[in-house]
Amino acid sequence: MLTIHCGQNHLKESKRAVNSLRDIVDDDDDDLEKVSWSGDPVGSKCRSTPSYSLSDTGVKNYAPELRRPKAEYKDYSSDWSPKDTVRRMQRGKVCSLERFRSLQDKLVLLDEAVAGHDGNIITAVKILFQELEVRQVALCHLIHFLKETSEQKLLLDLLRFLDRTEEVALSQYREHLNIQDVEKRREFLKGCIGLPFSAEDTSHVQDHYTLLERQIIIEANDRHLETAGQSEIFRKYPRKASILNMPLVTTLFYSCFYHYTEAEGTFSSPTNLKKTFKIPDKQYVLTALAARAKLRAWNDVDALFTTKNWLGYTKKKAPIGFHRVVEILQRNNAPVQVLQEYVRLVEDVETQLNLATKYKCHDVVIDTYRDLKDRIQLAAYRCKVERGSAEEEKIDSILNNTQIRWKN
Amino acid sequence: MSPLDRIANVSILKQHEVDKLYKVENRPTSSTSDQFCFLVRPRIKTMKYIADIINADKMAGRSRKYKIIFSPQKFYACEMVLEEEGVFGDVSCDEWSFYLLPLDDDIISMELPEFFRDYFLEGDHRWINCVARALQLLNSLYGPFSKAYGIGRCAKMSYELWRDLEEESESDSQGRKPEIGNIFLMDRDTDYVTALCSQVVYEGLVDDTFRIKCGSVDFGPDVTSSDKSIKVLLNSQDKVFSQIRNEHFSSVFGFLSQKSRNLQAQYDRRRGMDIKQMKNFVSQELKGLKQEHRLLSLHIGACESIMKKKTKQDFQEMIKTEHSLLEGFDIRESTSFIEEHIDRQVSPIESLRLMCLLSITENGLIPKDYRSLKTQYLQSYGPEHLLTFHNLKRIGLLTEQSPGETLTAVESKVSKLVTDRAAGKITDAFNSLARKSNFRGISKKLGLIPRVDGEYDLKMPRDMAYVFSGAYIPLSCKIIEQVLERKSWLGLEEVLRLLNGNEFSVTESAGEDSPAWESQRIILTVFLGGCTFSEIAALRFLGKEKGYKFIFLTTAITNSARMMEAMIETKA
Repeated sequence: MLTIHCGQNHLKESKRAVNSLRDIVDDDDDDLEKVSWSGDPVGSKCRSTPSYSLSDTGVKNYAPELRRPKAEYKDYSSDWSPKDTVRRMQRGKVCSLERFRSLQDKLVLLDEAVAGHDGNIITAVKILFQELEVRQVALCHLIHFLKETSEQKLLLDLLRFLDRTEEVALSQYREHLNIQDVEKRREFLKGCIGLPFSAEDTSHVQDHYTLLERQIIIEANDRHLETAGQSEIFRKYPRKASILNMPLVTTLFYSCFYHYTEAEGTFSSPTNLKKTFKIPDKQYVLTALAARAKLRAWNDVDALFTTKNWLGYTKKKAPIGFHRVVEILQRNNAPVQVLQEYVRLVEDVETQLNLATKYKCHDVVIDTYRDLKDRIQLAAYRCKVERGSAEEEKIDSILNNTQIRWKN
Repeated sequence: MSPLDRIANVSILKQHEVDKLYKVENRPTSSTSDQFCFLVRPRIKTMKYIADIINADKMAGRSRKYKIIFSPQKFYACEMVLEEEGVFGDVSCDEWSFYLLPLDDDIISMELPEFFRDYFLEGDHRWINCVARALQLLNSLYGPFSKAYGIGRCAKMSYELWRDLEEESESDSQGRKPEIGNIFLMDRDTDYVTALCSQVVYEGLVDDTFRIKCGSVDFGPDVTSSDKSIKVLLNSQDKVFSQIRNEHFSSVFGFLSQKSRNLQAQYDRRRGMDIKQMKNFVSQELKGLKQEHRLLSLHIGACESIMKKKTKQDFQEMIKTEHSLLEGFDIRESTSFIEEHIDRQVSPIESLRLMCLLSITENGLIPKDYRSLKTQYLQSYGPEHLLTFHNLKRIGLLTEQSPGETLTAVESKVSKLVTDRAAGKITDAFNSLARKSNFRGISKKLGLIPRVDGEYDLKMPRDMAYVFSGAYIPLSCKIIEQVLERKSWLGLEEVLRLLNGNEFSVTESAGEDSPAWESQRIILTVFLGGCTFSEIAALRFLGKEKGYKFIFLTTAITNSARMMEAMIETKA
């Protein structure tokens, strides 16, 4: 029977009592952890009676030392609730913690102790936690167990005690996955912002909240637009899914698809999203390209890459490689003229040639071989073009050009 | 396919009066049977589902009999939960000590995929007992093992627990001729790199592409070229599969087309046959040919499907990036590739895998990259992956190269509460939690990146590197090779230091003076936390080269996708 006596000078005894746990929970890294978390002493033959990992075994050695005069046992009963037990402990009376066999119960006891504001008792039970703290394995088991049984409150209390504040924050944040209703989830996320995350993670959680908030607004607006039936884009391309809880990039794609021309002031405009979430140029251009290409809006694609330099000359530039641009255009079945224009912009000659050949951008191939002065390749390419086509004629005229100094 | 399917499929169960099979989930059942039998793993979540079912029945006034069969054993925590939910008195509980599922001639799986996350992420030791029991069982059937090697904390604990079980049991293994002479235990975290690489041997590729479950795979319409899907058992019984499973993918197509041509030639023989010959042909050979034809079409279909998927996914470029990371070249380029991979929203699992590979080979990402890639990942795949990143950091798969400032702060706070002696222990514990990788050092010392003059011959490979196209010898397999060669860990001290130690080597040979030579060739290789088909192929190759035979015991078959999925937080 594990008993804890409280009152004056009992800290030492409390500690001794709790030290009786050492036998069970000791976790020397070199030794084998002898008690599996299931509670069954590892290696024991007896499996039918469940044993309780943090109480019975080994405690019996200490019980004689702690035994008190019979008088104090007079009104002892083993049937008290956690609240009663703590109250008795506060009054310096004998009580048994044997009843609180499961760790679950012990933690409930802790809660009561905390509620009772008696530092002494809190310390006694705190020592329990402390002993656990140096026993990493047992601690891991306990934390995992609390997670599995969804004992959120107890888990958070334990983590707070261990000063693992970041885990407290993450553990609470994790709960949002269980909230299906978007409004409730939004509220919940708002509450998460003040939690003790690291600085970076705080901004991530902030972004999560802001994103969901925006999505709710956009979703409401767009649902309205769809049902009203006035908007052409929604009529032509009915939405297959809601934007709620989608990642930011997906939301941006959606916005570039359905709300591309909107001014920066509206919540659904791509430029607004870019600004609010500090989306890098690369990501923005990639996403906008994918959306406009899907809509076959080649002029928009053009505008994405066209910049005017200070002299007013336009020039094409891309924060992503042009080979990627070509790929995306091709995937969306862009016409050859459009594809060709961008294949020409690919910097690496070999890649350019590969892409041009792959996507049958004949003019580019012909021009490149001509520039490389590669007669053999050009002649070989002749059979790849259509007979009697303009491309064939072009090849022939180049091959017959006596002014070119071929390299082979 | 589930382990149950491999033992007793639905028709056998029906013969034993099972009415219907349901999966235990968070859903009510609508059954009129008066007895329910739950065959489950000892998971708390499962207990809650069962309790919900029982309580729903009670509310509806239905009375039924309930039995729960825990496999491989019951955990106390489960009983506790049943008690709390108020249903403990309504059920009868049993245990089915099912530890080993043979997947093939040389592969035994414990079918415990949860082992990886439970032990390596949560630090939970609940399954170690099962491993020890599995070893005990194997030892009683095929032992006594005369020599045991191992590396890793879990390996050590499993081994010691197993020895304790042996000592306590009264079985007398004296005088029995052992069939398996050696055992080698290895923790998954000894070598994360191999598990994270894309697989290019056929079996590994099929697993990566289609996901093999319990030795069987579902081939969909794109493979069968019809509108039906088909479930195929992949093991040495499949004559076509057994010849291509360990081959590098580049050899497989050639092999299959050669086989097809041969098959066609066999069919064509019937042209010149008379009636008698034709009769003979039909009765003796046709069935076999048809079978071979069926298998060939399936595997060719699978190859085509794989090729299509890989071309779409920029497979070549990805492999190039992986090889750069393994070799230690062009790290900036590789990082850019990964960044673009994330931006393009190609695949959340693949992006994660590549980041982890970068982190493990480089001993963590530089803080700037870590922050930027993390932000981009959250933007591309969802903000809730904040939790995934936390898990990956905890387990050491995706870390930041910082001088552990955060660690020190917590350490000092906690140390104030305890004595110095304990503080030292905490430092150790924390250090082991945030393990350094040291891959480059290990790679150099063990020569994991082969020097190649000219082309690496994948058809007639000269070493285990062929499983990764000649670019990299799997670390786990190399360790096993070296230890077996030396019959000890001697000479590997520097490598062990970089691997964080925890190695052991024990010679049992109680009473056996000259163990049979046959059994000495056979090594039971135990992977704690999962084993990939690439490692299996590599060790089979090693076995052929050196005259060993490897038997694989794994907690589960794994690959990079499964490992990543285990780290992602889904709904509670």
